[in-house]
Amino acid sequence: MALAEAKQTATEARLSGLGLPEGGCLKAARQAALSRVQTMGLPSRRDEYWKYTRPDTLVQAEAPKAALFEADEAPMFDAFERLNIVFVDGVFDQEASDDLALEGLSIDRLEDICCKDIHWAKDLYGVLEARGQTPVERPLAALNTAFASDGVAIRVTGKVSKPINFTYVHSDENSDAILHHVIRVESGAEVTILENGPAASRFNKCMEIDVADGGKLHLVRAQGRDHKRRAATHLFARLGTESVFKSFTLTVNGVLTRNEAVIELTGDDAVAHIAGACVGDGDFHHDDTVFITHDAVNCESRQVFKKVLRNGATGVFQGKILVKEGAQKTDGYQISQSLLLDDDSQFLAKPELEIYADDVACSHGSTSGAIDEEGLFYLRSRGVPLAEATDLMTLAFLAEAVEEIEDPEIAADIVSRLEGWLARRR
Amino acid sequence: MAALDQTQVKEGVDQETVDAVREVGGAYKYGWETDIEMEYAPKGVNPDIVRLISEKNEEPEWMTEWRLQAFERWEQMDEPNWAMVSYPEIDFQDQYYYARPKSMEVKPKSLDEVDPKLLATYEKLGIPLKEQMILAGVEGAGETPEEGRKVAVDAVFDSVSVGTTFQKELKEAGVIFCSISEAIREHPELVKKYLGSVVPVSDNFYATLNSAVFSDGSFVYVPPGVRCPMELSTYFRINAENTGQFERTLIIADKGSYVSYLEGCTAPQRDTAQLHAAVVEIIIEEDAEVKYSTVQNWYPGDENGKGGIYNFVTKRADCRGDRSKVMWTQVETGSAVTWKYPSCILRGEESQGEFYSIAIANNMQQADTGTKMVHLGKNTKSRIVSKGISAGKAQNTYRGLVSMHPKAKNSRNYTQCDSLLIGDKCGAHTVPYIEVKNNSSRVEHEATTSKVDDDQLFYCRQRGMDEEEAVALVVNGFCKDVLQALPMEFAMEAQQLVAISLEGSVG
Repeated sequence: MALAEAKQTATEARLSGLGLPEGGCLKAARQAALSRVQTMGLPSRRDEYWKYTRPDTLVQAEAPKAALFEADEAPMFDAFERLNIVFVDGVFDQEASDDLALEGLSIDRLEDICCKDIHWAKDLYGVLEARGQTPVERPLAALNTAFASDGVAIRVTGKVSKPINFTYVHSDENSDAILHHVIRVESGAEVTILENGPAASRFNKCMEIDVADGGKLHLVRAQGRDHKRRAATHLFARLGTESVFKSFTLTVNGVLTRNEAVIELTGDDAVAHIAGACVGDGDFHHDDTVFITHDAVNCESRQVFKKVLRNGATGVFQGKILVKEGAQKTDGYQISQSLLLDDDSQFLAKPELEIYADDVACSHGSTSGAIDEEGLFYLRSRGVPLAEATDLMTLAFLAEAVEEIEDPEIAADIVSRLEGWLARRR
Repeated sequence: MAALDQTQVKEGVDQETVDAVREVGGAYKYGWETDIEMEYAPKGVNPDIVRLISEKNEEPEWMTEWRLQAFERWEQMDEPNWAMVSYPEIDFQDQYYYARPKSMEVKPKSLDEVDPKLLATYEKLGIPLKEQMILAGVEGAGETPEEGRKVAVDAVFDSVSVGTTFQKELKEAGVIFCSISEAIREHPELVKKYLGSVVPVSDNFYATLNSAVFSDGSFVYVPPGVRCPMELSTYFRINAENTGQFERTLIIADKGSYVSYLEGCTAPQRDTAQLHAAVVEIIIEEDAEVKYSTVQNWYPGDENGKGGIYNFVTKRADCRGDRSKVMWTQVETGSAVTWKYPSCILRGEESQGEFYSIAIANNMQQADTGTKMVHLGKNTKSRIVSKGISAGKAQNTYRGLVSMHPKAKNSRNYTQCDSLLIGDKCGAHTVPYIEVKNNSSRVEHEATTSKVDDDQLFYCRQRGMDEEEAVALVVNGFCKDVLQALPMEFAMEAQQLVAISLEGSVG
């Protein structure tokens, strides 16, 4: 079907400002992705999948200007022993980054995939993204595959001693970054990946993760606190037999964030946990869109999303569990909750189930409401001031999502930062 | 039903439930046809057909204009394709939009003059059109124990209303209950005021088509302060082949009134699919209450998906007045394809909307059904209980919207939808939309039976029941709750359905 005229025009306008990178061996993948974008067209507000989030500023040719944020604290995860990889406005910064060598894994830049003849990465690049285009189209991800200007390929072959940390620095008010990472966790290998920072005024990031049988990957990310930044991220993961994938995302601030996670459980007994906590204040729009496909027996998936919203902030959750025919003994769980701290904020949710197997247990719940008056009263009757009591209740509300983080030290760091931010915002 | 007989049922699913589903979805009991001479309008739809239908109903000019405008809008609209149903493309020009029994050419003045064949048809369906007859099996219930319960019936056969019972008695109470064509002639001021005020002419593709070509349907007006002395019901029967049925129902409950309305529907068994696109509008003023119950039993098609009714229905209640209340109860067992979302606009303060639904899909049936609760007024409440059961190769989707507008302070919604799959070739889907735009309202959506109320469980266990027994009691009690919302007239259907438990549900 031909695209609607407005969509066609918007898509062409965006594409005209971009040049296909000299792809080397990725050229074919990039070309294919470009034609996917051209066929689908970039998202518009009339698309059902963008019902609750306006994609205009993510699609328009020029990235909207975003003021830089003066952080008054040490960057996240700085205190941890880690291998740090730094991108400034979407460009790899070798000076600031650690040496990319570590036992149990190999890290290469996207541009080196071809000259070093890294077959696995070449075979993964754009593949999961393309698979993730059905049944729902994700044109911004295809745009990313076609035009990603930088990124890394990580291959994990053993148990890695310390986390790999991506630090995304925002230094230019007009920056528009497109990054694409491919990660392969080999059989029995295990790694923790951390991400933090706003990256750019407008950030389009795509991560393709392939976890082989028995592999484990933990992902914890904190999206930078710049008020005016915009981000559209995609996470595509394919999980093999008995593999484990757990991800947690913390979002505080940002005028627009759309995080899509597309997870496919293709091997029996695989486990996927996707969690998110967000605290939105004022001009803040946050969208978690999750699509989990169960295509094997006895797999488990959990989605836990908590949103605290005030001063006109908007929280969106679109989650879906698809259980394919034959994916028996599936255990699917999905919860999305919002805490509206005042009357101006809103929560929009679409928690979906699509089930084609009879011996499964899937549940989804979604709630929205104000802070529990009884809880507040209890705390105040014990002498806790209102503001502090509200913060305590807010932290308790977010706890279920934070508990999804496997590493207690990382979880503790996130909790302490949340405490600080809540306290300062009174 | 062969498919279901061979189905391996997973552990935990109650055998009684499987039997009940089999019974409900068993050989279609209403698949016979009435051999009666019919009169058709030419096939297809165009302004001339719209005029013809209007003319046949002896409608005033304004009504004809209203229809023509709707038709004009419809021509510019596209068929919706967002529902999780698939069916071959419908050729809207390849069917009849108007069919009436020849014997109805001259409107019978009373039921005594109605063609005996038609009366026999309804008799056979278990719908007595003779006023002295009282429904069997429900004696002694309700407010009029000495006489049994009365139900006034408006019987619609293909495109026309055959007759309406108890009109005199209802008139004495001030209630108007007649066919919509009669209402357009006799009560134009009411029809003009309310028709299209809840479901606007161009609301959606099927509603717009209905606005252009609806042939008959029921009209109810309950004046202020009146509690309708009996239950009202409309029975829709499709008989003619290749004919679409487009009926229109308009119910107005004025201040402080109450009415309970039942709707039943069946059709003959045929190889070709037939279209049914109805619109139901309900207006509820201050302190009024309307109970609308449906047992939808259109022919569902055969095991291979041949034939059956495509049921594309728009139903909406507008709780305009403060403290008004509407309750939708539906049992959906028929139709090849169901596309139906009875909705509540909770405009008045403290108004209430309730939706109880049991949808059973078997063989190749596809049901995409649910509700919309639009909270506009302060302190409004809504409750959704939906149970979907799929067997054979059927697909059952719950699709619903709960919307809390910024001004709907202190409102409350509770939604529970459960699905049960019997066999591994069918599907159960849930697509809820939740939009909360103020913080004093609470919205809860839940879709799992394992989450039974802890207090109730504790209570049962304290009295010596084991966990499983306690859960069964609580869950079944809950299911019965829904069925008890059905009026007595549906007692038979309800009894069958009570056997259905949602144990072993998938979410």
